Amino acid sequence: MPRIALMQGNEAVAEGALAAGVRFYAGYPITPSSEVAEVMARRMPQVQGVFIQMEDEIASIMAIVGASLAGKKVLTATSGPGFSLMQEGLGYACMIEAPIVILDSMRYGPSTGMPTKVSQMDLMQSRWGTHGDHWLIVYSPSSVQESYDLTIRAVNMAEKYRTPVVILSDETISHLREPITIADVSPTVDRRLPAERAGYLPYKTDATLVPAIANVGTGFRTSFTGLVHSDTGFQTANGHVAEALITRLRDKLLSKLDDIIELEADRVEDADITFISFGITARGVAEAVDVLRTRGKKAGSLRLVTLFPFSDDRIRKAAGNAPTIVVPELNSGQLVLLIKRVFGDSRRIVPLNKVNGDLISPADILNFVAEEKL
Amino acid sequence: MKMSNLRSERLPNIWCPGCGNGIVLRSLLESVEQLGLDTDKIVVVSGIGCSSRAPAYTNFDNVHTLHGRAIPVATGIKLANPDLTVIVLTGDGDSSAIGGNHLIHAARRDVDITVIVFNNFNYGMTGGQASPLTPVASVTTTTPGGNTDRPFDLVNLTAGAGATYVARTGIYFTKHMLDHLKKAIAHRGFSLVDVIAQCPTYFGRFNRKGDAGQMIVSQKDWLVLKSVADKKSPQELAGKIVIGEFVNIPPPGPAVVPEGQV
Repeated sequence: MPRIALMQGNEAVAEGALAAGVRFYAGYPITPSSEVAEVMARRMPQVQGVFIQMEDEIASIMAIVGASLAGKKVLTATSGPGFSLMQEGLGYACMIEAPIVILDSMRYGPSTGMPTKVSQMDLMQSRWGTHGDHWLIVYSPSSVQESYDLTIRAVNMAEKYRTPVVILSDETISHLREPITIADVSPTVDRRLPAERAGYLPYKTDATLVPAIANVGTGFRTSFTGLVHSDTGFQTANGHVAEALITRLRDKLLSKLDDIIELEADRVEDADITFISFGITARGVAEAVDVLRTRGKKAGSLRLVTLFPFSDDRIRKAAGNAPTIVVPELNSGQLVLLIKRVFGDSRRIVPLNKVNGDLISPADILNFVAEEKL
Repeated sequence: MKMSNLRSERLPNIWCPGCGNGIVLRSLLESVEQLGLDTDKIVVVSGIGCSSRAPAYTNFDNVHTLHGRAIPVATGIKLANPDLTVIVLTGDGDSSAIGGNHLIHAARRDVDITVIVFNNFNYGMTGGQASPLTPVASVTTTTPGGNTDRPFDLVNLTAGAGATYVARTGIYFTKHMLDHLKKAIAHRGFSLVDVIAQCPTYFGRFNRKGDAGQMIVSQKDWLVLKSVADKKSPQELAGKIVIGEFVNIPPPGPAVVPEGQV
């Protein structure tokens, strides 16, 4: 029978990871994500898993990459300053196609900023933080329940597509306590493994575009490198091979958008004003939309559960036809850049930003709508 | 030597003529063979640099990681699957500069991996710049007037950090090198071998050390066996580097068990 548990967001990420089969956690303490490590330090030994506190975030992400290559489902958790240090490892995981999951609980930045204050300032970093063209999946939970559910999904997607997946949460969701429902068994996905040693080419792919790479230590003698590599796994400087590799890394995700992208639309069909938001901010939006509707204002909401890949087409179709779109976010305007790209001049796109370390409350939104005469 | 452990199809290697890396690689492959290890269970991990290309010439699972990051990847692999023999092949810059923090922490944890440092006193791949192991007064492209920084002593550094097996050798001393690589790989716990090799293209040329052959042979003049060095005064050892086994603490060490599971 499903059970109800009172849980903190960080605890839900840890428990979701365990339910998804994560058996290796490496991390470094940082506010506001440290509780994930604390839960894992206690829980991993109970499930014959490994917890290790590394010397920094660079080592943390590299350790989970190593454990992933050895066949474990893996997680690390951090916040902005640590996420910055993890960027080189994130790019490496993209390139060698190591399934890994990273929680970035966003705090106020840049630099050490305000460690205990919420923000959504890492949005673009989650997509473009590491150098070079690369693709990955980024999920945004808005509740403790979703922290649990999306972590399971993140682990499954990492395995299925052999890609890094970022859970882009924030200080408030991380520390929020809410009752959640936990299923007895959660559906899990395991990475595809090669069947035959004869003719094995680790990076040769079929129509799925996802390689079936052997775990190390299983006799397949795989070669991994962050350098551009052919389907043998060995380095090459051949431009045609490089182009084919980068194109496949893109298409293996962009050809699966039905599976990856989740958008949550609420009353956008007849809306005159639609809010597009993610994470904690979407909770304030939900209440503001209710209030606006009771006042006779046709308001709607589009919540981005999947932030990246970001599909302009899907956003356009899901957002309805409201002539005015408001983009509230806890930064100086990051998501709004993408929304402007989607709609061009066809709608009035209005940014609503807050950068004082507080949340955007329903009252903030209502006041904004009134003051801007939206 | 069993040629099946060498990935012949990847040859010729990328190293310059006269480079010492191939000699270290051969010694590694001989070590593995003589120890009778299950080659399906060996993972060779490296960072970035000339030496870090060595794993790709082995017919084992091999992971070419990022600059300085071989050790945390190796740590993750070993803890995820303790049945594996995990060997890190790294250079002086890769292990002691950009990867220096990972090196001392792996030694502290006594994680059961072997780190083999191909020490040629400079960054070869990028054109012969100074590393933390470049001797004082040596000329490199970033120390054109002679290096003024003191080098690390990798043996004392890792011993101080808690490594349970530490040795130094030189490629001139082939039997010595093979013996110590074998002992390091067989050791349960963190082991490191500092292998002194030559870079005739940069370090040798800039410092007028002669050709590759002369650089190798000269090792018998400035590398001193520990058993001999123990009887000499510090004055007599000036300008010399001591080779041999410096730490060998048998298991059970404190580690093999990852933190949080004790």
